[in-house]
Amino acid sequence: MEIDPFIFRLSIFILSIFIGYYVVWSVTPSLHTPLMSVTNAISSVIIVGAIIAALAGSSDSVFNTSSIFGFIAIILAAINIFGGFLVTQRMLQMYKKKKDKNK
Amino acid sequence: MISANLAAVFYLVSGILFILALRGLSSPDTSRQGNYFGIVGMIIAIVVTFLSIGNFSISLVYVMLFLVIGGAIGALIAFKIPMTAMPELVAGFHSLVGLAAVFVAIAAFLNPSAFNLGKVGDIKLASLIEMSIGAAVGAITFSGSIIAFLKLRGIMSGAPITFSGQHILNLILGIGIFVLIFYLCKTQSTNIFWTVIVISFLVGVLLIIPIGGADMPVVISMLNSYSGWAAAGIGFTLENTALIITGALVGSSGAILSYIMCKAMNRSFVSVILGGFGADNSADNKKEKKDQKPVKSGNAEDAAFLMKNASSVIIVPGYGMAVAQAQHALREMVDKLKKNDIKVTYAIHPVAGRMPGHMNVLLAEANVPYDEVFELEDINNEFANSDVAFVIGANDVTNPVAKTDPKSPIFGMPVLDVEKCKSVLFVKRSLSPGYAGIDNELFYKDNTLMLFADAKKMTEDIVKNLE
Repeated sequence: MEIDPFIFRLSIFILSIFIGYYVVWSVTPSLHTPLMSVTNAISSVIIVGAIIAALAGSSDSVFNTSSIFGFIAIILAAINIFGGFLVTQRMLQMYKKKKDKNK
Repeated sequence: MISANLAAVFYLVSGILFILALRGLSSPDTSRQGNYFGIVGMIIAIVVTFLSIGNFSISLVYVMLFLVIGGAIGALIAFKIPMTAMPELVAGFHSLVGLAAVFVAIAAFLNPSAFNLGKVGDIKLASLIEMSIGAAVGAITFSGSIIAFLKLRGIMSGAPITFSGQHILNLILGIGIFVLIFYLCKTQSTNIFWTVIVISFLVGVLLIIPIGGADMPVVISMLNSYSGWAAAGIGFTLENTALIITGALVGSSGAILSYIMCKAMNRSFVSVILGGFGADNSADNKKEKKDQKPVKSGNAEDAAFLMKNASSVIIVPGYGMAVAQAQHALREMVDKLKKNDIKVTYAIHPVAGRMPGHMNVLLAEANVPYDEVFELEDINNEFANSDVAFVIGANDVTNPVAKTDPKSPIFGMPVLDVEKCKSVLFVKRSLSPGYAGIDNELFYKDNTLMLFADAKKMTEDIVKNLE
């Protein structure tokens, strides 16, 4: 009997939880705020689904009910991606400045 | 353009880059590189999606347009937001992830063929379950984060909102969601799908309103976790590895942060979720004790004198510092002290502030070198050997009652041993209790000098007196 592809995805999912567990425990507490903002940014990779939905409209009807939800989701996810990565960068930059000054 | 298999490999690559992005945060030195990994991972995921769909019609122009609009808004927020507002920003971002998950699930439900999930009214069973769970968790994340945002922003009172039967109602609604998803699978009814989403929005609100201001660090971490699980649910629907990996990472990250925060308050996760903490006894407690014991209070001159004659000072910042935006003045004060060869370090309690790491970021913003900033367990023994503890805007995390009084609501919570210092300077606006609603014994100790003022104003006055 063949293995359902779902099982493979479930395996990836569970292994990733374990990776997440060990990786996040190694994050230094002083960087917990940037951790939250960067996880915010990366979870917006959900934009992939939004793009698929948005591009599903045909060329003569770009906007149908389904693709409109896709387009809105693109805006939401894009705010998060740019906002998340940039604000993380801004914070991490502050940790750098001090270090240089200190030396 | 590119085959599904090749696309899957690229999605895996971007998933790995996301792992590296988190890995980078293990130290400030590697953190920036980590952030770049994350950005590259995101670019790969988006470009691969364009290529694998291969639709370069007018739709793509609109996609780009919306991407740029969203990106511009996001960039604007990222550059404008003051660091003190990070908790509400993160809460706001969580709500967007949640809503995006809901919308993607709706889009997939309305047009399943675009996602290879079958036809309308005949969606694959597994996909239907995955997308409804993704949508439900996304909706809870969205409305819950909105409430958290309103509370953090001060638009809504931070006080817990409770009513009788609250937990039963939540339980019924939660079970209701599962029952509806079951019927959704049987009937593929659009109405049931919408009902699931509406109820989930409601659950999100009900879940967060009973949780008080002091528990916000847990709430934010928890919503972070939810946003991850929502993304993972959608990832299963879309059969997308990048999304599954990311969802798992973010989900476990948020869960670990919630655990750390709960542990730092010696509260169980369940009791935080059930909420109502600090709601009841604060009023009588205040009246009862206030006039009984004498309090020594001083001014900026006294504080400056004490610190000038100290050889080591430990600064204990808390949420009040963030509210007063006193971090820059504080840094100035520390600079003055250092010029007098006084050793200055910072002690940070894990739940100081309104989100994990909140104080660290504020101090970083004020150019405090991160090697002067210590976590609770690394510095707690130092208090006994230090001359002055300068408590600015913290309260409950310094309360010795947590070690002595088993009846206290915060008993057992790890606290900073501030009272062991030779003298304690306590900057506070009044004697009012903190969020736990209990009196702080520290106020009445002989070696405590209360400085009643706004944290920023007081710090600035001390700076003047240090001249």
